[in-house]
Amino acid sequence: MTESTNPATIERVALTEAAADLIRQLVAAHGPVMFHQSGGCCDGSAPMCYPKGMFRTGQQDVLLEELAIDGVDEPAPFYMSASQYALWKHTHITVDVVQGRGSGFSLEAPEGKRFLIRSRIFSDDEYRSLVDAGVLTA
Amino acid sequence: MTVYARPGAEGSVVSYESRYDHYIGGRYVPPAKGQYFENPTPITGQTFCEVARGTSEDVDAAVDAGWKAFATWGKTSPTERANILNKIADRIEENLEAIAVAECYENGKAVRECLAADIPLAADHFRYFAGALRAQEGGISELDGDTVAYHYHEPLGVVGQIIPWNFPILMAVWKLAPALAAGNCVVLKPAEQTPASIHLLLSFIEDLIPPGVLNIVNGFGIEAGAPLASHPRIRKIAFTGETTTGRLIMQYASENLIPVTLELGGKSPNVFFEDVAREKDAFYDKALEGFAFFALNQGEVCTCPSRALIASSIYDGFIADGLDRVAKVKQGNPLDTDTMIGAQASNDQLEKILSYIDIGKQEGAELLTGGERVDLGGDLSGGYYVQPTVFKGQNRMRVFQEEIFGPVVSVTTFDGFDEAIEIANDTLYGLGAGVWSRDGAQLYRAGRAIEAGRVWSNTYHQYPAHAAFGGYKQSGIGRENHKMMLDHYQQTKNLLVSYAEGPMGFF
Repeated sequence: MTESTNPATIERVALTEAAADLIRQLVAAHGPVMFHQSGGCCDGSAPMCYPKGMFRTGQQDVLLEELAIDGVDEPAPFYMSASQYALWKHTHITVDVVQGRGSGFSLEAPEGKRFLIRSRIFSDDEYRSLVDAGVLTA
Repeated sequence: MTVYARPGAEGSVVSYESRYDHYIGGRYVPPAKGQYFENPTPITGQTFCEVARGTSEDVDAAVDAGWKAFATWGKTSPTERANILNKIADRIEENLEAIAVAECYENGKAVRECLAADIPLAADHFRYFAGALRAQEGGISELDGDTVAYHYHEPLGVVGQIIPWNFPILMAVWKLAPALAAGNCVVLKPAEQTPASIHLLLSFIEDLIPPGVLNIVNGFGIEAGAPLASHPRIRKIAFTGETTTGRLIMQYASENLIPVTLELGGKSPNVFFEDVAREKDAFYDKALEGFAFFALNQGEVCTCPSRALIASSIYDGFIADGLDRVAKVKQGNPLDTDTMIGAQASNDQLEKILSYIDIGKQEGAELLTGGERVDLGGDLSGGYYVQPTVFKGQNRMRVFQEEIFGPVVSVTTFDGFDEAIEIANDTLYGLGAGVWSRDGAQLYRAGRAIEAGRVWSNTYHQYPAHAAFGGYKQSGIGRENHKMMLDHYQQTKNLLVSYAEGPMGFF
């Protein structure tokens, strides 16, 4: 796992090495990137990767993590809509990558790759730490 | 039983070209940057053709071609356009088998669905909008004895349409038929997972459509979809897909101040009330089919009934019978007419489904059946097949709240009407829903209480033209499949006319 910084005390989003590699490749081609977790049909329920600023986040989005990647200057922020995050908050997520074809407007599609979320349930201790840090309500 | 030969193989009813360019201004033109991408069939994972990898230059050319054609197409009479739509429908019917097999091969769905639903519905959709257009009237308002307001329908101009991959032809037709009926010219971007079957359809109808009225630009979302959605010279954008891209589409539309229609999916509840199991009759059998419908189209339907809510008093018997029914869903070669569930449309779709099955287990949902990838042997081993999967759990689990877009249903129980509705509505989405009851009053009350644009009542998964389809809540904006979609593709022109002889008297 690549090290990542976090506004909270407990990491909420991680990257696999394969995802970090792909981000390095995308940043080299397109400049700094960001993620927004999608919901809904077709290519949804998957993270979308954009040139930073292409997708305008707003008051209904939660910044889960600033993903730091070795060899990349700017961390990649990972956002999710607040309504969706309310349903995800008990899970730690890891951005992985698989072979794929197509993905909304996400940057990696032409590479024949697709970012994918893997999840695990936070332990009670982790969850409590997030609540204590004011990131989550109990 | 028939097993169709693969497109291009000996004895096949259809063949794909080895390469598809963009279709712009009535002819095929290579992509400005000269690049192509491979198009695999999910049946085996093998590439069967390559497709133009479009960029903003291609989108510009298509929008130009659209506006050039609009000068005459926008002024054609409703009769003329309706006649063309009817002829398109006839051609689709005449070539139904070829189009169906081609769609099956590109998408991976069971060919019997293409033959019995997707393609016949596509033909009917053109006829419906031909009829709706002919029957549409403007309005006349008499404001006073000398003053009249006339209301005319006028087309918008050139519109953009971004098509999903789950019904590559039918979803294109849902958008194309009303747009063309209303007199617009279209720049259409098919999904990069299913870019070729729409060209195959076009090969049968191309001569019926004036050049430039329909333009098809292929490519990836980021390279071709975004330039189309953000194009300053389109007058409307229509999209079916997911929420983040939906927001991006609205963001672009806000920059250009153009209207959008969006269909963004759902997490549809399928509610089985206690009286469903009162007798083990034809109705009960129908309800069991309704339960098993989560596997239709491999679950790759925006309205997949992916949450089953079963009255706790009948749960044990109903779920046993439901699992029995699911076990009879035949999985196999999608080109076999006996096959009921085929391949997921892409490898990443398969991986996403498996990752959701994993999180479902971690959250403590009980796996009642399925949960694994399927290896069908031979060269089908390279395809993307998943077992129909049934989870039992609670509505706040992620497998109950997120669209998996696979053959996965999450089952829970309820006690009484109020709890059924509470669970049904405890979702971010509101596209489809199903309710099943022998009591007409209960059926009616439940249907009205569920916050969804389409509530199938004692049925599910019917998609006829003439029944409005669209979402509440985060499921989207607008209603397809109905004459009201004509309005989404039309301006209202008001001529306010005075027949008075003299001045108004102010000046």
